Amino acid sequence: MFKISRRQLLAGAAATATVPLIGRPSLAADPLKVGFVYLGPVGDHGWTYAHEVGRQKTVEVFGDKIKTTFVENVAEGPDSERVIRQLAQAGNKLIFTTSFGYMDPTIKVARQFPDVMFEHATGFKQADNVSSYNLRFYEGRAVCGTIAAHMSKTGVAGYIASFPIPEVVMGINAFALAARKVNPDFQTRVLWVSTWYDPPKEAAAASALIDQGCDVLAQHTDSPAALQACEQRGLYAFGQASDMSAFAPTAHLTAIKNNWDAYYVDRVKAVLEGTWKSGDTWWGFPQNALEMTPYNDAIPADVQAAADAIKNGIADGSHNPFTGPIKDRDGQERIAAGAVANDGDLHGMDWYVEGVVG
Amino acid sequence: MSIEIVVAILMTVIGASTPVLLAALGELVVEKSGVLNLGVEGMMLIGAVTGFVATVTVGSPVVGVFAGMAAAAASSLIFGYLTLSLTSNQVATGLALTIFGIGVSALVGAPFVGMTTAPLGPIFPDALAKHAILKLIFGHSPLIYISVILTALVAWFLSRTRAGLILRAVGEADHAAHSIGYSVIGVRYLAVAFGGAMAGLGGAFYSLVLTPFWAEGLTAGRGWIALALVVFSSWRPWRLFLGAYLFGGVMTLELHAKAAGLSLMPPEFLAMLPYLATIAVLVIISMRPAGAGAAAPACLGKPFRATA
Repeated sequence: MFKISRRQLLAGAAATATVPLIGRPSLAADPLKVGFVYLGPVGDHGWTYAHEVGRQKTVEVFGDKIKTTFVENVAEGPDSERVIRQLAQAGNKLIFTTSFGYMDPTIKVARQFPDVMFEHATGFKQADNVSSYNLRFYEGRAVCGTIAAHMSKTGVAGYIASFPIPEVVMGINAFALAARKVNPDFQTRVLWVSTWYDPPKEAAAASALIDQGCDVLAQHTDSPAALQACEQRGLYAFGQASDMSAFAPTAHLTAIKNNWDAYYVDRVKAVLEGTWKSGDTWWGFPQNALEMTPYNDAIPADVQAAADAIKNGIADGSHNPFTGPIKDRDGQERIAAGAVANDGDLHGMDWYVEGVVG
Repeated sequence: MSIEIVVAILMTVIGASTPVLLAALGELVVEKSGVLNLGVEGMMLIGAVTGFVATVTVGSPVVGVFAGMAAAAASSLIFGYLTLSLTSNQVATGLALTIFGIGVSALVGAPFVGMTTAPLGPIFPDALAKHAILKLIFGHSPLIYISVILTALVAWFLSRTRAGLILRAVGEADHAAHSIGYSVIGVRYLAVAFGGAMAGLGGAFYSLVLTPFWAEGLTAGRGWIALALVVFSSWRPWRLFLGAYLFGGVMTLELHAKAAGLSLMPPEFLAMLPYLATIAVLVIISMRPAGAGAAAPACLGKPFRATA
């Protein structure tokens, strides 16, 4: 509820404090300067942390050929524009802006710095010197759905969801479709909590779903509160965005991990070789940009194998989670038999597959 | 609906209501003494982070609870010094305290993100709470029983004790209280510290009982709900108790209804409900003739300077 103002206040202060650190002259011969703009603190164990790991791995690969700078706690909106411009003025030739709300500021600054290359995560706008990139998180959701259907005794999974935007909807659908492949009567009960982050509410939502008969929980919200609720009630759940098993060692089945370094290394290489081009990139298991964290030992070997089969099938291109025939829950056919959903379908997804309740 | 589900829902309601009740009880006493402290959210966060850090470091949640209360009380005394001794504006200083609390709790808690601790669970042995009904009585964390006891104590203190009478006098007519020899500033300092400790207790309830971990902004705006409830209750402890449970009940039932496939109301409407109710109560209070009771303490938010 107060997340926006909190973020702006905090991030504003943090950004102001960080600005003087940017722009010191480089000492090495002529390293490529690469900038990163982060939404949260690098220690958030979630979204920003994954990007920071990607940056560190990129540095390991290129050594002193590149020089990276990051600015954390940057609020979306006007503050971010200032930070992005600072990075461009400081001589960074490649700048990654890692949150949806940096989209318009990135485009705006890019116009003023035509010889700087920009990369914006999770957005949909491009320019000659602005690329967009994202990961196919729904591929991991299909693996989770497979595991959930095997592990559930009641045949009902709970899904704590934030807002009905395509990103979230395609995750729910991929989860439910995969679960129905295992158990044709499987139900995915979705509970919209209208927040990305509200631990007490997420905990209450988890209890509500459990009381409705759900015995496996998935979530598209950011805190580990639901996992802890499952730990206390002796049920299973999936982590969100990073390995959350420390919070719930017994309940945590697995989580989808984001390996941004796969993309970062590729793009830095392109700039160094002079082959960088603007585009829209959407990577997943095939590029090792997604990974499942180690499975809980409670998952039987055959279920682990079934989950790996889905993951490997997606990785080698033999399996697509959105392969038709797919009907929505009103019975209307959305994807014809044999066809697969294209990226346009996914970006505009506003319907739910059979088996999704709520 | 089976009895188990009803009990499970009620347990969730109690968990959602208690921290708000604790923080609001403290603020009620603060406001009764004539001070408006808008820093509840910040103090709750300071209590939550200190409680968690102390519990992880020392290993005892009891120490954690007291550390959380002490830290939040200390932060409220900064507010007290600025507003009472230096007579700065209470609204602005309270808001500053909230912003300070958000920032300092994030800073202190940063190394502890990603850790967890055993929750401060039920005090009675499990055997006593086997049956669903018995669980409703014996299956709680000690802080839940304490919240009920504290509600009774605050109600008794304000209406039945001499000290409570002095506190109310300071809040209703500060100069009169001063002229017959009571220390207005001293009473208000005590009230502010009590309010801080209670907000800290409410915050610690989140990080030690309900969601035993620390992350930035853990309380997610519950401090503002607590502030709204104080007005909603028209400064009466048992009405506040009712209001807190009403809030917890509506929030929980709405989630349960949605999980069961019913939609009671849009979530955005629900989010505004506590504040709408507060405005409604304010309107009702102002419509009543003067002296009918249930109005705000007369000196609420006014700085006091001793003149003689």
